[in-house]
Amino acid sequence: MKNTSTARAGHPAPRASTLSGWQAWLPRLVLAPSVAISLFFVYGFMLWTFILSLTSSRMLPSYDFVGFGQYARLMQNERWWVASTNLMIFGSLFVVICLVIGVLLAMLLDQKIRQEGALRTIYLYPMALSFIVTGVVWKWLLNPSLGIQAMVRSWGFESFRFDWLVDSDMVIYTLVIAAVWQASGFVMALFLAGLRGIDDSIIKAAQLDGASLPRVYWRVVMPCLRPVVFSAVMILAHIAIKSFDLVVALTGGGPGYASDLPATFMYAHAFNRAQIGLGSASAMLMLGGVLAILIPYLYSELRSRRHG
Amino acid sequence: MANVIRRQTLAARVSRLAVYSVLILAALFYLLPLAVMLMTSVKPLSEISAGTLLTLPQNPTLAPWTKAWGEACTGMRCDGVGGYFWNSFAIVIPAVLISTTIGALNGYALTKWRFKGSELVFALMLFGCFIPFQVVLLPMAQTLGWLGISSSRAGLVLVHVVFGIAFTTLFFRNFYVGIPNELVSAAKLDGAGFFRIFWRILLPVSTPIIVVSVIWQFTQIWNDFLFGVAFSAHNTQPVTVALNNLVNTSTGVREYNVDMAAAMIAALPTLVVYVLAGKYFVRGLTAGSVKG
Repeated sequence: MKNTSTARAGHPAPRASTLSGWQAWLPRLVLAPSVAISLFFVYGFMLWTFILSLTSSRMLPSYDFVGFGQYARLMQNERWWVASTNLMIFGSLFVVICLVIGVLLAMLLDQKIRQEGALRTIYLYPMALSFIVTGVVWKWLLNPSLGIQAMVRSWGFESFRFDWLVDSDMVIYTLVIAAVWQASGFVMALFLAGLRGIDDSIIKAAQLDGASLPRVYWRVVMPCLRPVVFSAVMILAHIAIKSFDLVVALTGGGPGYASDLPATFMYAHAFNRAQIGLGSASAMLMLGGVLAILIPYLYSELRSRRHG
Repeated sequence: MANVIRRQTLAARVSRLAVYSVLILAALFYLLPLAVMLMTSVKPLSEISAGTLLTLPQNPTLAPWTKAWGEACTGMRCDGVGGYFWNSFAIVIPAVLISTTIGALNGYALTKWRFKGSELVFALMLFGCFIPFQVVLLPMAQTLGWLGISSSRAGLVLVHVVFGIAFTTLFFRNFYVGIPNELVSAAKLDGAGFFRIFWRILLPVSTPIIVVSVIWQFTQIWNDFLFGVAFSAHNTQPVTVALNNLVNTSTGVREYNVDMAAAMIAALPTLVVYVLAGKYFVRGLTAGSVKG
């Protein structure tokens, strides 16, 4: 979205009035299939899923309407509450920890570091991996009998315990660890790009006034990075709500359903447990969650553009 | 006076040391899982149970890799992940090419041939970037059935194209907005048509954004699991689904070295792309999220 404002301020694209009618319609013709696809596969499917969520569909979609019955069932479903609570815990920890690590690494990397490029590459590569690969690797590292726990014990700390993967109270935090490993480097890259965009002279002026470096960062640099924080929160929250692969590969939702998230709940009910109606209702609530984050974001984005 | 200066440089050195230590520790945190995965994948099983995660392989062997590629069981079948690796390519390549082409034309039409409502069209399509895909899974399954391409590679290509064009359109639109309109206007006055202007003026300067779009789509589609698991059958699965099946197939002894080798195989294409074109990868990731 970098260039939108400059284009608005600059010359408007030329009107097609000088061209023959056919040429004037060509751009619309080119866009038409994409618009049709979007209307059908995005908006149509959302509506379709909403309609399914109002029916008693089980194995196959049926159109026997039961009003908001499926939503009521969802609210009484203990597994759904576990999944939603897990998303709250996972989502908030994931977002906050990624932000802290991302800001910290970006600020340290901004201190004219030797080999900055190599370090940046190392921090960011996990983002190129599939969440399935990440899940498989961390499942191996967190495996109590052969992974980190066994390794630390072999160093002589016999009573060391790190068996979160098989502990229903702690398993959700293993998802946080793996997801932070994968995405925090990306947040670092966002902040580094933001830092590089700040005018050096502001920082120099503050330093000449005698402010210490941490103080300069806290008082001068951080406020400039507010839009980056905003975008990062929005992207990370979005990743958290959509998290499905990582759960499947790392914990399989287990032990029991202790590490279920709404995305795995939806898939399990719609595809494996012949509960299409209930699965659709949970999908609609996920959409609601995304919209709840997205709408304030778009609103502020549009507003700042209009004023700025 | 000299004393003061020395103390300052000492403090500066200590803080410099601290900065580097934190950065190197962080690098170890990001690298260790990859190192462990690689080491485990070349150890025989006996070494895995005798040693720890960080024990270096004593007798490195490629046997786990060949087994993961051609023999390991993924669910019912025992023919490794090799076939699924090629499946992924067969899905990814057409999906990337088609979605990038459509995105380029859309971006061009939306910026250089603006019409009443073109901004609305863009906003309408952009929304597709944000929906949780759970909300389209069930209707998609039924639609693929109607089209007669459920559980086929063609079906997966369609799904990835349909939900990829929102991103590719966004990339190209934001790139073409920054290209001056003067050349396009002049060409229009000369009577050049829609496709001719695209081919002669826009396409020659589009290399960077094409690279961004191809890399983004490649990693997204290669790494996809949700659509792969929902819309494929035994012989059309992408490699991510096969990997997950391999790791969760619970027959006989757990062969962690084979698991890790299979994970490496599934990870290699995107890792290679990242190493070769990391700059463009980052640009794709940050497109639309950092305002200049």
